[in-house]
Amino acid sequence: MSTWDRFVDTFFNGKVMLKYLPDILSGMVVTIELAVLIVLSGLAAGLALALVRSLAIRPLNWLIIFIVDLFRSLPPLVIIVLMYFGLPYAEISPSGFVSTWLSLAFVLMAFSEEIFWAGITSVHKGQWEASRSTGLSFGQTLINVVLPQALRLTIPPLTNRTIAITKGTALGTVVAVTEILGEASSAVSNSYNPSPLMMGAAAYLVLFLPVVVLARRLETKFAWKR
Amino acid sequence: MTKPIVDARAIHKHFGALHVLKGVDLRVAERELVFVIGPSGSGKSTLLRCLNRLEEPSSGSIVVDGIDMLDPRTDINHARQRIGMVFQSFNLYPHMTALGNVTLALRKVAGKSRAEADRLGHAALERVGLADRAEHTPGQLSGGQQQRVAIARSIALEPRVMLFDEPTSALDPELVGSVLEVMRSLRESGMTMIVVSHEMGFARNAADRVVFMDDGLIVEQGPPAAIFETPTHERTRAFIGQIQRH
Amino acid sequence: MIQTFFNIEIIAAAWPIVLSGLLNTILLSLIVVPLGLFGGLILALLASVKNPLVRWPLMAWVDFFRAFPPLVLLILLFAGLPFAGLELGGFACVAIAFFLNTGAYYGEIFRAGIDSVPAGQVEAGRSTGLSRLQAMGYIVLPQAVRNVLPDLLSNTLEVVKLTSLGSVVAVPELLYQARQAQSLTYNPTPIVVAAIIYFLMLWPLVRLLSRLENRALAGRR
Repeated sequence: MSTWDRFVDTFFNGKVMLKYLPDILSGMVVTIELAVLIVLSGLAAGLALALVRSLAIRPLNWLIIFIVDLFRSLPPLVIIVLMYFGLPYAEISPSGFVSTWLSLAFVLMAFSEEIFWAGITSVHKGQWEASRSTGLSFGQTLINVVLPQALRLTIPPLTNRTIAITKGTALGTVVAVTEILGEASSAVSNSYNPSPLMMGAAAYLVLFLPVVVLARRLETKFAWKR
Repeated sequence: MTKPIVDARAIHKHFGALHVLKGVDLRVAERELVFVIGPSGSGKSTLLRCLNRLEEPSSGSIVVDGIDMLDPRTDINHARQRIGMVFQSFNLYPHMTALGNVTLALRKVAGKSRAEADRLGHAALERVGLADRAEHTPGQLSGGQQQRVAIARSIALEPRVMLFDEPTSALDPELVGSVLEVMRSLRESGMTMIVVSHEMGFARNAADRVVFMDDGLIVEQGPPAAIFETPTHERTRAFIGQIQRH
Repeated sequence: MIQTFFNIEIIAAAWPIVLSGLLNTILLSLIVVPLGLFGGLILALLASVKNPLVRWPLMAWVDFFRAFPPLVLLILLFAGLPFAGLELGGFACVAIAFFLNTGAYYGEIFRAGIDSVPAGQVEAGRSTGLSRLQAMGYIVLPQAVRNVLPDLLSNTLEVVKLTSLGSVVAVPELLYQARQAQSLTYNPTPIVVAAIIYFLMLWPLVRLLSRLENRALAGRR
């Protein structure tokens, strides 16, 4: 066997790949589930916090800023480990899936709140005044006049941040979530062959590469243009 | 004066340590056009913005069309519909068409259906001479056109009073005329107007009364001819002199 | 509750372990941040050659690593390479993975910075006789770095946080040591302490960033 053949036989072993393909596919489903949950709940919570912050209630805003700073400072893996290995001491035992979901959703919430908030504050004061002078309420102004302008501005930073955080689903493998990396790792130790890992890597690219390319196009479409 | 439509009394306004309005009384009759002039920093814009409570006066009372603007029980959003305001920087919503700008409050505050709001919106744009620009966004309009859309946004709500805060200051000179033209036609239709502006020519031949403010107080007021030709106060004279030299 | 999650005796007992972890985290950051900056700068300089034959593969390279979770890259090196007879150890794997991953991110930031400097700047420099490289080094890069400073800092924050991945491949950094201490003491206090250390260490940077970012976004209008 030539070196090349041995390389292919080791890293791209057809038999091993075929055997563990179903595992990788089921890992992909878990990754997608996690990703969708994280994106939906994280962005919704982030937007909600930004809206509450725009009410300008002092003590509430300090609390929001602290929470946001906290989840921006802590490494996501630390939050996951704290939830999964720490909370059981307080008689709360979230599963690995729930720990990963909530941790990353909190992180996305923190980052997106900052971005939404920056977007809201960047809308000119005159927009508020014009709208309020025609009788629109604070909430109506926020929804009809300010948010549409703010969101447009936030799309590029938001997509990049969302992708970066959603990729963190791979961290779930540390707390026994059977997502792609988890499935691939256990397949490697079962088969004594790294081919499942290569498959797992490919699976991530299949999921995330289209999103990254799409984000790049969004970025050139929205950035700097007004 | 018969029962005034705008009745502001003893208005004080502080910004921190700064005392911007020092007890201003202003009464405006129905169908009257009052022109407010004065050096920058004299408090004229602040006074205007207090009338629809974009600024909260520190003390005083404001009644517009029988509504106590400072009563906490007053539905301020409803009251503001009756007081149109036009800003120096237009403040059109950049993400909406001209028609969208005009119809937003009609739909959300006045509760009109979309069809009804569109009909009223088109009529308002027609009045400012922009019927053919309904589907343009602010970015596609000249400054003068944008300001006329902003006026249409206000008059579509059929206000009882219109406030103009330096409506032509941000415009190139050749675009000022079209906006003044619209204001003149509004005046002829009987609209009550309070105008803060430096357009003295317009004040001279359109205003019923000119109010001169300085340092947070009304120094002198009267018919345009009297204020411009025979001002009684030294400060008024100095200001008029400066303006006319330009 | 405080007895469980913030036990003073346990803190005292676990402190030496946690402290050694903190020092390793700082050391690791001091290695991987310059490494990533260096990789990113090379990428950006290559990308400033306007030849599409250079630019396109670079863009693909960057997108590849933007799509690839860093942990997967790390595991691939750590668990995959030994099958090719290459046993690198956790520390080297972290260094390589970070060089590739964070280099791509830094590269994208540098590239945006270089693009943000008007072409007239280079032309002015060249007209005074500076070489292409001199114009880049003396005129473009200083302005580029200033323009994207918030993004560079923000990515550096992410890199420092990312060093916690070292715990997965047995690099004794802060998180790894805290988990060791946790399993020795059967108590979550060491992890809580580690979290507090991360927070105290990175909070000033987060505060600074949030001010810079607010200003940047507002400035676009």
